[in-house]
Amino acid sequence: MKHNMDFDEILSIDPYSLDKGKKEKMLTERLVELTERHRENCPEYRRILESISYSREQVKSFRDLPFLPVRLFKELSLKSVPQEEVVKTMTSSGTSGQAVSKIYLDKITSSNQQKAMVKIVSDFTGSGRMPMILVDCPSVVKNRSMFSARGAGILGFSIFGAKKIYALDDDMKLDVEGLKEFLEKYQGQRILLFGFTFMVWQHFYKELLRLKAEGIAFDLSNGILIHGGGWKKLVSEAVSPEEFRVRLKDVCGLNRIHDYYGMVEQTGCIYMQCEYGYLHASVFSDIIVRRPEDFSESEAGERGIIQVLSTIPESYPGHSLITEDEGILLGEDDCPCGRKGKYFKIIGRLKDAEIRGCSDTYAVKFK
Amino acid sequence: MSGGVVTHMQQNSDNQEGRNILDSITYLVGNAEIIKDMVSVPAREPFDREIVEFLNEVSRILMGMGEAKAYPDVVTLGFWLRKSSVWNLKKRFEKQDGNLRLGRGIVFHIAPSNVPVNYAYSLAAGLLTGNANIVRVPSKDFPQVGMINSAVREALSKFSSIKKNICLVRYEKNKAINDVLSAMADVRVVWGGDRTIAELRESPLAPRAGEVTFADRYSFAVLDSDMYLDLDNKKKVAEDFYNDTYLTDQNACTSPRIVIWLGKRRAEAKEIFWKSLHEIVREKYTFQPIMGINKLTSSYLAAAARPGIKIEPHKDNYLIRVAIFDITDDLMRWKDNSGYFLEYDCEDILELRGLCDDARCQTIGFLGKREALVPLLRSGIKGVDRVVPLGKTMDFDLIWDGYDLSERLTRTIEVK
Repeated sequence: MKHNMDFDEILSIDPYSLDKGKKEKMLTERLVELTERHRENCPEYRRILESISYSREQVKSFRDLPFLPVRLFKELSLKSVPQEEVVKTMTSSGTSGQAVSKIYLDKITSSNQQKAMVKIVSDFTGSGRMPMILVDCPSVVKNRSMFSARGAGILGFSIFGAKKIYALDDDMKLDVEGLKEFLEKYQGQRILLFGFTFMVWQHFYKELLRLKAEGIAFDLSNGILIHGGGWKKLVSEAVSPEEFRVRLKDVCGLNRIHDYYGMVEQTGCIYMQCEYGYLHASVFSDIIVRRPEDFSESEAGERGIIQVLSTIPESYPGHSLITEDEGILLGEDDCPCGRKGKYFKIIGRLKDAEIRGCSDTYAVKFK
Repeated sequence: MSGGVVTHMQQNSDNQEGRNILDSITYLVGNAEIIKDMVSVPAREPFDREIVEFLNEVSRILMGMGEAKAYPDVVTLGFWLRKSSVWNLKKRFEKQDGNLRLGRGIVFHIAPSNVPVNYAYSLAAGLLTGNANIVRVPSKDFPQVGMINSAVREALSKFSSIKKNICLVRYEKNKAINDVLSAMADVRVVWGGDRTIAELRESPLAPRAGEVTFADRYSFAVLDSDMYLDLDNKKKVAEDFYNDTYLTDQNACTSPRIVIWLGKRRAEAKEIFWKSLHEIVREKYTFQPIMGINKLTSSYLAAAARPGIKIEPHKDNYLIRVAIFDITDDLMRWKDNSGYFLEYDCEDILELRGLCDDARCQTIGFLGKREALVPLLRSGIKGVDRVVPLGKTMDFDLIWDGYDLSERLTRTIEVK
């Protein structure tokens, strides 16, 4: 008997407790349903499915579902709800002149994103709120209805904070006095820190280093840092993930550091890095690594393009997407950290194509 | 020395600032002195014997280079530069009206950044029409560029009087340099599409200087399915089409983006045609990982905008076909490259009018009976410069992209 898998059921499952067999069944039910929902309500999505002669009957597993390239959200406004029901529009970060992704959230999707995130992050930090340092400036969460990825990340994570402080002022300078006070007040307690990787490095770490040389040291050995946003910007500074962790530990004693992988096109179901350094898919989502030549599934250990699947998006067809990131599936259900599900690592962005031709514009039209 | 607008164009390379700029360029063949003296180089008559011999020498050297054999575009260039091949062009050029023709003087060429051998054809056209030439070659270090330049240098050691006619330079986008070289030019030849043309047009030309610009163009192929099926050597058709498309990542102005089928046995023809092409592609083409994503994006964008299109099921991402059911004026908005083909079954040739009635429509690669196309070509369309057999879309000719280069790069002295 078919029953509608709704999101609350998924929320009730422990985030890393489903093994492959059970997860496949659950995901397939939910994702096939989402595909139908979006097919009915989003005209562009419906036309895409028609162009590939998509048929629900032929889907045996969520692995057979079509996937949209994330770039599509830069070019089209894809939504499965009427405009009046849109409560938030998220945008990706982009350099000026670049098109940005537009993601339309209704109340349910937005709320489910947050709920999922709480379940995921609590699995790493413990439940209950903590004093929290947001490694960013207060103005980043300015306009509530039109979010950038940075603003959304900060706001999203700030719910874990009982008492919060922004580490930086609006001039991007470290609020040394404020932080000193904060750390004194919550001495002995677990402190949660959150920030984008580049921000943490550029505006937090480098400042702490400078201060330490002047004799001002911060002790964050009780801290947990969650950071995300990719390593692209640090590549130019020649900082590897390993070096990032070592240097942070050196300068302030931070030894619980979790990277995460996520994207504005699928917020909420982030992939947190476990204690062994591997990114994990929670019960809310999954990844498939696909070979570039034909999009067939790669074996574990074989690099490929990351497809991300999420049980959350109801207001926009973002439940099955293919990214432009390359990664490797490391294993499933058997990570030493004890969490079930797939675990993987990200290698980096796919290179733009270098192509020949008379016109001097390179291949990627939508830069 | 402050910036400020550079006026008095013709004398530009004579002043100190101009000279500094010329010294800052990288010279692959020639040097700054040659450029500075170029204005005194006498124009030659078109198809000057010494020039033809020189190009033949370049051809000989290229065809003798072991490493050149791996590059079909270099081999083709070598063939094209042979005396016998050039002589055919001369025969076409010959007019019996008693007037004298001469090169215009200095031609400044901007080569496309991403077609390795194109600059050599542009240079050859400039030389054959009797001019001195400054050619900005691709910034990218293509092996073909190295080979061709080395052949040119070697040939120049035997034809030293031609040294002052050739300067091959390389520099990153730079308006100051464009200004100096444009100011000296009697003709400026700009390859590389609309954006590059706009960029170069920021640099003024002298009052009597001309310009030949190769703007963004598109091309398509028309195949008669019945005729195709009757051919014995279908593999050759596939190879020819591969050269028309994948050889330049299907991104040249001459690369067919749409394949249009005529005739009765279309389904059968398609099956064989695409399969044989796919075999060659799998064997020869360097697939870059992002290409699958690029083409998936394009096909989905087309589907989202044009209800009813069908993406042909495909085993891999090397060759993507998208079936369309009507030809609209904006169809080319949905084109892509690196093995992405829109496909259309045509009942009446005039259905293609919308596609051809656009100045950006350049080449029809054709396999079929010539008479089938004539009604279309005669229907008053603004586009289509040439109809050529498959495999020949990239064959360079002095009549190119609708321009007769032998006329554009020469001047006529009327002798009554």
